[in-house]
Amino acid sequence: MSTTEAQVTATPVRRVRRRDVIWDWLTTVDHKKIGILYGVTALFWFVVGGIEATLIRIQLARPEMQFLSPDVYNQIFTMHGTTMVFLVGMPIAVALFNYLVPLQIGARDVAFPRLNALSYWIFLFGSIFMNFSFFLGAAPNGGWFGYAPLTSSQYSPGLNIDFWVLGLQALGAASIMGGVNFITTIINLRCPGMRLMRMPLFTWMAFITSFLIVTALPVLAIALFLVTFDRFWGTNFFITQAGGDPILWQHLFWMFGHPEVYILILPAFGIVSEIIPTFSRKPLFGYAVMVYSGALIGLIGWGVWAHHMFAVGMGPIADAFFTVATLIIAIPTGVKIFNWIATMWGGKIRLHTAMKYAIAMLVTFTLGGISGVMHATSPHNLQQTDTYFVVAHFHYVLIGGLIFAIFGSLYYWFPKLTGRFMSERLGSWQFWIYFVGFHVTFMPQHWIGLLGMPRRIFTYYDELNLGALNLLSTSGVLVQAVGVLLLFVNVIYSVKRGAPAGRNPFGASTLEWATESPPTAINFNTTPTVHSRDPLWVEADRIEATVFGPVEPHLHMPPNSFWPFLTAIGATATFILFMTNIWWMPLLGVIWTAVCVINWAYEPV
Amino acid sequence: MATAVAAETHGHPPHHAPTATGLNTWKLGFWVFLGSETLFFGTLISIYMVYKGQSVVGPFPEDILDIPLTTLSTFVLLMSSLAVVLALEFLQQGRRGLALFWTMMIIVLGSGFLGFQAYEFTHFYKMGLTLQTNLFGSTFFVLTGFHGAHVTIGVLWLLFLWFDMYRGRLGPQDALRLEVAGLYWHFVDIVWIVIFTLVYLMS
Amino acid sequence: MSESHAMTGTAHHGGPADAPPHVGWRKYAMIGVILAIITALEVAVFYIDALAPVLVPVLLVLTAGKFFLVVLYYMHLKMDHPIFGRVFWAPMALAVLVVIGLILLFHVLPTLGKFSN
Repeated sequence: MSTTEAQVTATPVRRVRRRDVIWDWLTTVDHKKIGILYGVTALFWFVVGGIEATLIRIQLARPEMQFLSPDVYNQIFTMHGTTMVFLVGMPIAVALFNYLVPLQIGARDVAFPRLNALSYWIFLFGSIFMNFSFFLGAAPNGGWFGYAPLTSSQYSPGLNIDFWVLGLQALGAASIMGGVNFITTIINLRCPGMRLMRMPLFTWMAFITSFLIVTALPVLAIALFLVTFDRFWGTNFFITQAGGDPILWQHLFWMFGHPEVYILILPAFGIVSEIIPTFSRKPLFGYAVMVYSGALIGLIGWGVWAHHMFAVGMGPIADAFFTVATLIIAIPTGVKIFNWIATMWGGKIRLHTAMKYAIAMLVTFTLGGISGVMHATSPHNLQQTDTYFVVAHFHYVLIGGLIFAIFGSLYYWFPKLTGRFMSERLGSWQFWIYFVGFHVTFMPQHWIGLLGMPRRIFTYYDELNLGALNLLSTSGVLVQAVGVLLLFVNVIYSVKRGAPAGRNPFGASTLEWATESPPTAINFNTTPTVHSRDPLWVEADRIEATVFGPVEPHLHMPPNSFWPFLTAIGATATFILFMTNIWWMPLLGVIWTAVCVINWAYEPV
Repeated sequence: MATAVAAETHGHPPHHAPTATGLNTWKLGFWVFLGSETLFFGTLISIYMVYKGQSVVGPFPEDILDIPLTTLSTFVLLMSSLAVVLALEFLQQGRRGLALFWTMMIIVLGSGFLGFQAYEFTHFYKMGLTLQTNLFGSTFFVLTGFHGAHVTIGVLWLLFLWFDMYRGRLGPQDALRLEVAGLYWHFVDIVWIVIFTLVYLMS
Repeated sequence: MSESHAMTGTAHHGGPADAPPHVGWRKYAMIGVILAIITALEVAVFYIDALAPVLVPVLLVLTAGKFFLVVLYYMHLKMDHPIFGRVFWAPMALAVLVVIGLILLFHVLPTLGKFSN
């Protein structure tokens, strides 16, 4: 029966069986549950990726360390990058999109709830598939960027790269589906009065990110197909003897890869744009500019990809073009930083842990941006590329930018998800420990890189005289690990024992805070109407009257469905069976998937 | 006919939840998907163009492409797009017989196109062009192969719709289902329009 | 009966199933004829050797013509709400830039004499 009936009619209390709960989660199409599934899964992979990072740093702590063999090291550093980008960064953004966007726009769910569930299950199965390779001792080992011709069957004859291309293909498809879903949701499911320029900044960033996803991921899909066909069917896309050009792989990969990093960071910008106004008790400064700069970053971000290829020899014209485009993108980014500062200026600032993370994000991301501007300049780049200076840069923007924002978002929205606060005391410790650990790990890497240590190497000689700095960097990892551990402790403890939180414990202004904590299955009893950008600061009473008033008549919520789960099995199975190289094996997967899709299409909704 | 179809629906009239734009969510989502597909095929076409003329060994395009035959198959696919708009028009007007006829025409013409493709592929194979032979073989078969796979999915989709129409389960009030399938079909057609020019006529 | 629900399935996805403004099958058939004619012209340009120097630009124009005819009329974009167009043309523009960009990077830039590597 639909969950609305359970909410609204007086049903006799019945003990919920564990079986029913599991079935509910397996067949859910509720954006909030799917968001939680994404979030929990992504946090799990974050720990896995963190362990991989720890192994890397142990191996590099001293010159000529023999902790990991070169072959194992290659697998670990490849999977660290692949995991952090595809199994953590993207899914955690999608977790937040899932949970928050419908609430923020006054909708009851996303445009295509079952497709939403499908995206999650493909992500889960695909991520397990890729990591299963570890058990075969054949984890992907060509770097997260998989350059040709290293990924060809000639130079990588094992299963490693097969796992990589097939796993990423599945994950990419899931992402594209999600992107389509969110674009449609944001355009079409906004509540009355929610004009585009009244939407919360987080939803705006979700919108722009989704456009990046649906445009960049198809390019990756094709690139992966080319490598797959070269490996399995003997095509010549990157076979130099046949005229193939490995540089084409680089262009295709980075055409995806650069928008990808904006896919990773724009949600973080959105998070910070929610946290800072709330804890400054001031509306976001320059809302329109923040929207346009986000859109500009997304757009220009499509035009800078070859700044990853300055050392390839594209010629001065291409180098100049991509240098200029990359430098230009610093402008809308910088504007955002100033607008966040201006939001805080003159505001009533409360240094809640979420706010600490947001401010830390501004500072750390800016430092990463500065090294980014140095990289953008192609003459500098020749000195810096392939060194630890690059590693330092992207960890500053990705951890400093994305992870700090994500941790902040946890402290911020946890009360909405669970109805309880995370511990502020533990949070404060957790923040500072992680913050210090991060800088101890990655600040020295700027020096390590400029002093000549290449990246993607499994060891280095003592004569480089970088052993001390490397050891310092590694020591930071231990501190970070403690910080992450404390975060998990805080989450797990607070789920059951956190102090109760009300509906809007931080006095925020956006619609998700107008619901119960956690929200009911239908989000809002009646769809609200908004007349402002900060509805809960301007028109709270009226909003609350609709949200908590009588339930809208003729309300129809999408029912649970097991087809997304089953379709995901078929889709992932198709990729797995492809590895057998027996022609009819993946066909079984295709048939299974087709049967599920047909049933799905004819399912009553 | 239309009333008989209407009687089979839910006991109550279909509930249209209002959307922010007043537009149908499914149709909007499908256009977004088509937007992403332009990148998919755009990339494939780019790769073809990048590797054009770079094959180290033959057969080369001018040796093997059959322009008259492909002109015919292109024409067939174009006419199938016409069949789509006619089928949709007649379905919306409730003219079931014509709608069925023209929907079947899409399927027939689309299958005809696939038949041409199958012939072309086997013919090229016999003439010594495979996926592995050279860059032309790799890029040609992958580009037209993906296109053909898309056409195949379209044909299967339309077959299901035809059966629903035939069984009275798809009437004028559900024309959106055919419209969306039609959008997919037209898209696949315009991709071929581009492929025909870039691959065949500019060889 | 489950199948009977299928046809209302899409209706539930919000918004009246907008019936596009009536265009009429004759107009569509006319466009079909035009498409066939343009195709014939394209093939003609291919075969007429005298036109070889302008083959590429002429073909591009003719192909673009067919492309826009199908998208604007058969896919109804011209008559529909502008938002459908926006979510399609924006990625499409990127796709065109990708094609042009890669052709430039691989075929044009390397030929620019002293400006190439």
